Amino acid sequence: MRWFWIDRYTEFVSGSHAVAVKGVTLAEDHLHDHMAGYPIMPNSLVVEGMAQAGGLLVSERYEFRELVVLGKLAKAKFHSCVRNGETLTYRVKIETIRSDGAAVSGTAHVGDRLHAKATLFFARLGDANEALQGQRLFHPNHLRHWLSLVGIFEVGVHQDGTPMKEKDYPLTECATDPA
Amino acid sequence: MASEDEIFEKVREALVEALGVDDDEVTPEATLQGDLDAESIDFLDIVFRLEKSFDIKIERGELFPEDILTNVEYVEDGKVNDSGIAKLRERMPFADLTKFEAEPSVQNLGQQLTVKDMCNFVAFKLAA
Repeated sequence: MRWFWIDRYTEFVSGSHAVAVKGVTLAEDHLHDHMAGYPIMPNSLVVEGMAQAGGLLVSERYEFRELVVLGKLAKAKFHSCVRNGETLTYRVKIETIRSDGAAVSGTAHVGDRLHAKATLFFARLGDANEALQGQRLFHPNHLRHWLSLVGIFEVGVHQDGTPMKEKDYPLTECATDPA
Repeated sequence: MASEDEIFEKVREALVEALGVDDDEVTPEATLQGDLDAESIDFLDIVFRLEKSFDIKIERGELFPEDILTNVEYVEDGKVNDSGIAKLRERMPFADLTKFEAEPSVQNLGQQLTVKDMCNFVAFKLAA
């Protein structure tokens, strides 16, 4: 299984907010186990979708240089069941951000229906973590590929409305890294 | 200027929200990590709530000076040395470090930080 829980950003404003969508389909194996005969998108994966949408928004503030991980799900409330054939729209907003982490609020809607609301905390792991683990948890090339898949540089803008460009981030320096 | 009681009430509210503990568990003597099970990521949550609630700015390492605890100049064999203690006293005038000084293992600092210390920290910031 590939760990991609957003399909594409439709809006991405640096340092502020983003909107991403995820189509729920019967082609996803996990739906057939949750629940057998009555497929429902697991709420844990809805949270993961919000975390991915919000995590990249936070990571962009650090120029995608360092690992940003979901540290804490401070609050989460779910209001419905999401079925196959529905599209989740995640809206995430940076509430507070500083050098070591960020707080993000998020919602998940299906159309106009509010499905979930959450507050997430992200921790920024610097070089110390890499030294501790003895290896990189996340390869820059994979990150670059992911950003491209979810269309960040197609819809992303800075707060003054100018487009975000891939070349403005140190990601291009990773081009010679082994995949 | 907020009174001691007002500060305690707002700190309690922040801790209840951030740690999911009950009101009555948050007493001045309760330790954040030992009694209230706060983990490192919770400190970020708590700091953000305190900033909002008291309209103050808390820089990284201000409440919990982890840079001192990871500096080889101040730590020997897992214990904070005399220079480190002096540095901690300078950086944490709001905390009662007496107990820590008796057994200055690095991990003990977080274990011994109390709700009262946190209230003192906020009062210290408000007075600055």
